[in-house]
Amino acid sequence: MAYLVSHPDEVKLLSFRFGQGATNIDKYLELDGYTAARKAIAMGPEAIIAEMKASNLRGRGGAGFPTGLKWSFVPKQSAKPKYILVNGDESEPGTCKDRLIFEHDPHSVIEGVIIAGLSIGAKMGFIYLRGEYRYLLKIMEKAIDDAYAKGFLGKNIFGSGIDFEVISHTGAGAYEVGEESALMESLEGKRGIPRIRPPFPAVVGLYGGPTVINNAETLATVPHIFRIGGAEYAKIGSERNGGTRLFCLSGNVAKAGVYELPMGYNLKKMIYEVGGGIPNGRSLKAVVPGGSSTPVLLPSEIDIGMDFDQVGKAGSMLGSGGVVVLDDSNCIVEFALRTIKFYQHESCGWCIPCREGTDWLKKTLTRFHAGGGVAKDIDNIRYLAQNMLGRTFCPLGDAAAMPTIAFVNKFRQEFEDHLEGRPCPYAKHPEAALAHA
Amino acid sequence: MSTETKTIFSPALAARFDRMVTLYPVRRSALVPMLLYAQDEVGSLSDEVISEVAQRVGVTELDVRNVLSYYSLLRTHPVGKYHVQVCTNISCMLRGGNELLEHCKKRLGVGHKETTPDKLFSLEEVECIGACSWAPAVQVNYDFHENLTPETMDKVLADYKART
Repeated sequence: MAYLVSHPDEVKLLSFRFGQGATNIDKYLELDGYTAARKAIAMGPEAIIAEMKASNLRGRGGAGFPTGLKWSFVPKQSAKPKYILVNGDESEPGTCKDRLIFEHDPHSVIEGVIIAGLSIGAKMGFIYLRGEYRYLLKIMEKAIDDAYAKGFLGKNIFGSGIDFEVISHTGAGAYEVGEESALMESLEGKRGIPRIRPPFPAVVGLYGGPTVINNAETLATVPHIFRIGGAEYAKIGSERNGGTRLFCLSGNVAKAGVYELPMGYNLKKMIYEVGGGIPNGRSLKAVVPGGSSTPVLLPSEIDIGMDFDQVGKAGSMLGSGGVVVLDDSNCIVEFALRTIKFYQHESCGWCIPCREGTDWLKKTLTRFHAGGGVAKDIDNIRYLAQNMLGRTFCPLGDAAAMPTIAFVNKFRQEFEDHLEGRPCPYAKHPEAALAHA
Repeated sequence: MSTETKTIFSPALAARFDRMVTLYPVRRSALVPMLLYAQDEVGSLSDEVISEVAQRVGVTELDVRNVLSYYSLLRTHPVGKYHVQVCTNISCMLRGGNELLEHCKKRLGVGHKETTPDKLFSLEEVECIGACSWAPAVQVNYDFHENLTPETMDKVLADYKART
């Protein structure tokens, strides 16, 4: 059970059904459920995409690509069937938002898939959940069965003459499968090795057919856009960043939790007001604003609006909405090591810069944190990371390199403090970090 | 393969597998979920499981082994009845995930990827399980336990032990 929290600044659009028993399809219908899908059927593909473009909704998985534009890339005519694929492989450290959607509002995902399917003329959608989310898979399976029983899925949905099938699918533990091309490989029953692009999934995707792949939160948002209208949705957020998103506050913050806030909400306010500030009399040391792959921000850099453009301008990324807060008791070298240890573990090994780069970074940082670092390691760490950037099939290499570069650039002194056999100045016991190095 | 054919799975699971391969545009798409569900029932992906799954999906046993070695939840050797998976990734680490792992090691008397002699508990340090805002967190089999302290962790372990 993921616990629910609340703050007056929240705009509960996507989360308005949370905690109200909307896993039950009748309750969902009572709460304005499946009205958006009916509306979309009446609108037809072109009007659906126009509405999506007007909403300024940008992909909630991390890249922030405009959703309406993504849908518009799918060719109208295709010899092969088209598909919708929901990415519910939520695995980016710091991110736990899709869990709430699946747990409290599974039908909103189904409804989003139906609308996406209508927009591109797909007849089938897949909802892929990470293997660890078994209790959510059960909720999703029941929701799908109930939607079939009501005639919202299957043959002649809502009596429209249109057929649409949806099935849920479980992964079995793999961060990399959250990358769209690896996700398709996994759904095809293979190792999650990324595909080279072009061709992009909109043209050649799942089973070779044109495919739209969207994050679960993105698709769960879609029905709300049709409920209130694209233009209204856009107004909630900031410029070119429509609507709200689920921000996952975690780490050293008093009121950790998942909050739905408008795009562009101030990060400092998010930490100090929504999150209740830094507990235990500590002060803020750093913030990872959008999941572990996004470059760290200093306390002096957090007076910014949380949207894709403003966080980008500040030298980081909005990413997956996972805001990880570090207080001043933490060692950045240890944090960098734990981050890279994750990417080393998750690298599939297909691209050499990622496979070797993450491994060498882990080895160097491990030695460094244990007091065996030498001065030239500091630049070597940065050099290694720099050489991974943009040299891999999928963004996992970048995801490992970008935060590492930022840690070295912004906390160089802390790396130097570990030199010449000196113990970690924060007395962070390296044995846990070293255990499986 | 139909349910009438000899199967190592329970009739319910065999029937489920019969249906699963028909749901997707290609049979092979059922492979990863099938392996996970088979493992849930049998305990691990033994040679017999791999052989039957390969037949059901229509690929070679080598294909199956190639796929299963990619996924961190899939395993060829059994674990304890209660598989304790402690997250030490960043959000959990910031709230005592490493200390919780050390505590579990001490309590259970086993290390990472080890099983207690009575086969009741096994321990694994895992990557992010999606419980960041409720850290530190542990998954025992598929059940989440969140906002843990060493004391509440002891209670979680005691509750599992009492179930047997």
